[in-house]
Amino acid sequence: MALRVLMFGWEFPPRSSGGLGVACFGLSRALAQEGVKVRFVLPKRMDPDVTYMDFSFADVPDIIATGVNSLLYPYVTEGSYLSSYYAVGGGMYGSSLFEEVLLYASKAADIARTSSFDIIHAHDWLSFLAGLEAKRVSGKPLVVHVHATEYDRSGGTSANPRVFEIEKKGMQEADKVIAVSSWTKHIIVEKYGISPDKVEVVHNGVETHDFKPLPSNLDALKRAGKKIILFHGRITLQKGPDYFVRTAKRVLEYCPEALFIVSGIGDMLPQMIRETVALGISDKVFFVGALWDEERDRVYQAADVVMMPSVSEPFGIVPLEALANGAPVLISKQSGVAEVLSHALKSDFWDIDEMANQIVVMLRNDSLKETLRKNGGKEVETITWSKAAQKLLGVYQSLVPQFA
Amino acid sequence: MASVCFYFQVHQPWRVKRFRIFDIGNGNKYFDDQSATNLNNEKIFRKVAEKSYLPANAVMLSLLKHHPEFRVSYSLSGVFMEQMESFGPDVLDSFRRLVDTGRAELLSETYYHSLSFLYSREEFAEQVKLHRIKVHSLFGVTPKVFRNTELIFSNEVAQVAAELGYIGILAEGADHVLGWRSPNFLYTPKGAGGIKLMLKNYKLSDDIAFRFGSRSWAEYPLTAPKFSQWVNAINGNGNVVNLFMDYETFGEHQWEDTGIFKFLESLPREILRHPDNDFVTVSEAAERYEPVSELDIPHYVSWADTERDLSAWLSNDIQHDAIGKLYALEGEVKKSGNRRIVEDWRRLTTSDHFYYMCTKWWNDGDVHKYFNPYESPYDAFISYMNVLEDLKLRLHAPA
Repeated sequence: MALRVLMFGWEFPPRSSGGLGVACFGLSRALAQEGVKVRFVLPKRMDPDVTYMDFSFADVPDIIATGVNSLLYPYVTEGSYLSSYYAVGGGMYGSSLFEEVLLYASKAADIARTSSFDIIHAHDWLSFLAGLEAKRVSGKPLVVHVHATEYDRSGGTSANPRVFEIEKKGMQEADKVIAVSSWTKHIIVEKYGISPDKVEVVHNGVETHDFKPLPSNLDALKRAGKKIILFHGRITLQKGPDYFVRTAKRVLEYCPEALFIVSGIGDMLPQMIRETVALGISDKVFFVGALWDEERDRVYQAADVVMMPSVSEPFGIVPLEALANGAPVLISKQSGVAEVLSHALKSDFWDIDEMANQIVVMLRNDSLKETLRKNGGKEVETITWSKAAQKLLGVYQSLVPQFA
Repeated sequence: MASVCFYFQVHQPWRVKRFRIFDIGNGNKYFDDQSATNLNNEKIFRKVAEKSYLPANAVMLSLLKHHPEFRVSYSLSGVFMEQMESFGPDVLDSFRRLVDTGRAELLSETYYHSLSFLYSREEFAEQVKLHRIKVHSLFGVTPKVFRNTELIFSNEVAQVAAELGYIGILAEGADHVLGWRSPNFLYTPKGAGGIKLMLKNYKLSDDIAFRFGSRSWAEYPLTAPKFSQWVNAINGNGNVVNLFMDYETFGEHQWEDTGIFKFLESLPREILRHPDNDFVTVSEAAERYEPVSELDIPHYVSWADTERDLSAWLSNDIQHDAIGKLYALEGEVKKSGNRRIVEDWRRLTTSDHFYYMCTKWWNDGDVHKYFNPYESPYDAFISYMNVLEDLKLRLHAPA
């Protein structure tokens, strides 16, 4: 009999708004390929009279999905939750983010009562209470998967204490904690006081076959000799967009032909636009909104380098996607992906001079770009979701020994 | 008769310091890192001197004193000799005492431990000459045997060495070169006018250089009597056992606590227990033994990595790009007549710079990583290319 997982996760691509959905999709698909039966529970806005409902994903028919009527979505904050709450006119939803998280947990308990499974797996804090409720009613072991901590999201300062408490409770009461990197494991042990023995590192991956060469939509610029430096990610403190913009200024002093593209949205967007104006480079930095799927891949493929200057990045799937699309990458040393990727330029996120130095030398010497592309391209092929799923399966089996 | 021929390579490059675009054109020096990192040439030199050169030379001197039959050969790169003069007069003094015994021989090589043979025959010849002059000025001797950087060898290298008047030349005894033949005889490279070729016995050399301290090795621990038995086994099947390795094997690659110095101390006595064994320098071997046959080596072989080819220095785009752009400046650099520019350019020809840019096996954390003072091959390339840009600016600056 196959091992059955009740998984509390987040919207799959293309509708996801960041790495969390990508990770949930990559992992579930790879787990299904390992023969694990996944029931994938996720918040979904539905008609008011529906509490939850099963459906299936067109791309992955072997995963049963259960949508729970909820306003939760990845990276939601107290403020942004209230905007959606008022937009839908309140109704059956919680009147604050934390109330909604509790409501979601109680619905999760209902699902846990009526379905059969061997283990519970919850992704990030918004679903930790759901995982705990499911554990309480079923008595099955719980794995919580930490893709980011409040500590990362707040850039190390001003962590929301209620979010922090839920994260801590989830990790304390879980039977096993999965960290997406040793970087994150370190934070979990140091900041949340969890025993290192309880935390397993499972690095994310990428499926290179998901990407294919596409006709470029930036050919005219490339033909005009422009060099493209891409930032793809949420425009928020954690991702270091301000370091990207300041690096742009420094690079442009040496390479006036450079163009900087920011793909993403986020709370720091207005501030970033103001900063490019103040630095006098608003004609060189383009904010293009959040690009997804083929549109995103086209820009990856046109990029001379993809930069991820994150302040604190638990993992960082973007560099893997970039390399799978043939773009060399510059990543911050404060990232989990730096642990698994050796063919990348690396710098401290705050070292604007060093990042500018690396980019300028790369723009001046095609050989550097080519070597990083070729070697990095080969390397990402070995950083797979299937490897992650196999490691995860080992964790499941340690908790449910009859499946070992 | 089995003659043991020890040849040790002694070399330290002038590592390029971290050099960023902002440093270009500001009159910065290239090789004067003062940081706590491994780019600090003086720091590395002193560390290796204390751990390896000084204690190893002390052992060698005592061996030469106690065993009149003992012989040893060294090749000191020109840039190593420069660093001895700057950072290690004590090391220079200890090498002089070895050479003064008359039983420690010095070889010829390119002064800058460069790949110049592959890129510029003119520069190659000049570097060999510079090296001869340096060896003579420091030690008062003139080498008779040549070894090219990293034992990079082909028929053509042998031809050029023969034309320069050398009686012998060294190469790696790589399987793909030797086939069924034994490395324990001398050969003549094809079309090289009878110059004698001595091949490294890589099995026995690497037993000391690489495997000595390895606890997972079936022969661990390696003792002098055991090693001598292996040498004795060659008696009757060969003339000379060529044990070629980096001198840093003693104390730096194999740490003192592996017992490497004790092994070295007792090895000559054990070898000499067999009445048919003795020791030879490289030129004594070339003078004493006749080649058994011709060997045709049209393609380059080296002693590096398992591939024994040029891929440690020349296997990816950044390595080819960097070295190509370096040699493209040769004409202009020499025309400038600026002694300091010529010297800086030559220091940039040292093979190590390209070794540091090697991305082969980089993710496996192997020997390339261990020997790389940069955080990555890409960092090595970035500083190197910025230095080349700076050099270009100096070339074009009004006098």
